[in-house]
Amino acid sequence: MADVTQEQLFEFLCRMGDNTLVLGHRVSEWCGYAPVLEEDIALANTALDLIGQTQMWLGLAGEVEGKGRTADDIAMLRDVWDFRNVLLAEQPNGDFGQTMMRQFLFDAWHLAMLTALTKSTHEQIAAIAAKAVKEVQYHVERSGETVIGLGDGTSESHKRMQDALDLLWPYVGEMFVNDAIDDAMAAAGIAADLAELRAQYDAHVTPVLAEATLMIPEGGFTHKGGKTGFQHTEHLGHLLTQMQWLQRAYPGATW
Amino acid sequence: MSSPNSAYPDIPETQTKPKRHEWPLWEVFIRGQHGMSHRHVGSLHAPDEEMAIKNARDVYTRRNEGVSIWVVEASHIAASSPSEKGPLYEPSESKVYRHPTFFDIPEEVGAM
Repeated sequence: MADVTQEQLFEFLCRMGDNTLVLGHRVSEWCGYAPVLEEDIALANTALDLIGQTQMWLGLAGEVEGKGRTADDIAMLRDVWDFRNVLLAEQPNGDFGQTMMRQFLFDAWHLAMLTALTKSTHEQIAAIAAKAVKEVQYHVERSGETVIGLGDGTSESHKRMQDALDLLWPYVGEMFVNDAIDDAMAAAGIAADLAELRAQYDAHVTPVLAEATLMIPEGGFTHKGGKTGFQHTEHLGHLLTQMQWLQRAYPGATW
Repeated sequence: MSSPNSAYPDIPETQTKPKRHEWPLWEVFIRGQHGMSHRHVGSLHAPDEEMAIKNARDVYTRRNEGVSIWVVEASHIAASSPSEKGPLYEPSESKVYRHPTFFDIPEEVGAM
């Protein structure tokens, strides 16, 4: 079993934590605005679950880094180029259908990833995954049911869901593109091989989209650059101005 | 005019179609961790029974309140009518001997 460096492990944990942080913030933007009260509560619950997971991932990242940074420091005091979330997570909410499509496409990956991580050779990572996977199992049930309900709903809802899938599908590939960090994690038994996860993902997502009467767009083009930090979309900077505003305006503020 | 069998007999049912298409109302019953029977906790809207259970999970069990959820469409509940409460309930008011309060229940029996 190969060893990983501290830097590689920190990078991997930031990827996990930034995905949940950025998507959690995005979902929280619905609070008070969702189309019905029940969905408003459900979305806020999902957002809270994701932020809770962020605390665990980025907290561990801070420990691994060993420079005394807390999860809050990492979340609130980095700028766009330091974020390691996939581009899918930072995409704007759009309409409710687009939000639920984004959620489903992410949740299915998240479930496969966390399920594999429960068997991680890294004890703390396995423990975080075991806690998070129960929440995510529920997220994906809910988002999948909603995608089916709206996709196979009225002509209006079907059209909106197909538009959302056409818009977001090119962001799916990035979750499965592996680089040196992923290879090192897989070699050390810390995380699974992403190519194996892709097969599980397709086996989960394809039948749900078929039941939703939606067509997966053709072509293998993939937007990427988020999880490597090479280049985020313009949306992440706008999100951070809102999310980090308080700590930027009043450094060190607490309650 | 309200139907005597409606779950909400005090609230008049509109005879015309609602102006906006609304999801049906569901009544939610939850069996608590230590409770013995399902108790009515409230109601919510949902498109179907599966989503009603999911919504109930999000609205009513966030704080570890339940181990089991029942949902039923409110329109499927038959209820007594407030105008009949005299004949329905008053005859038992003066019959104190119907309350089994004269027995000491041993502690081993637990909750009854």
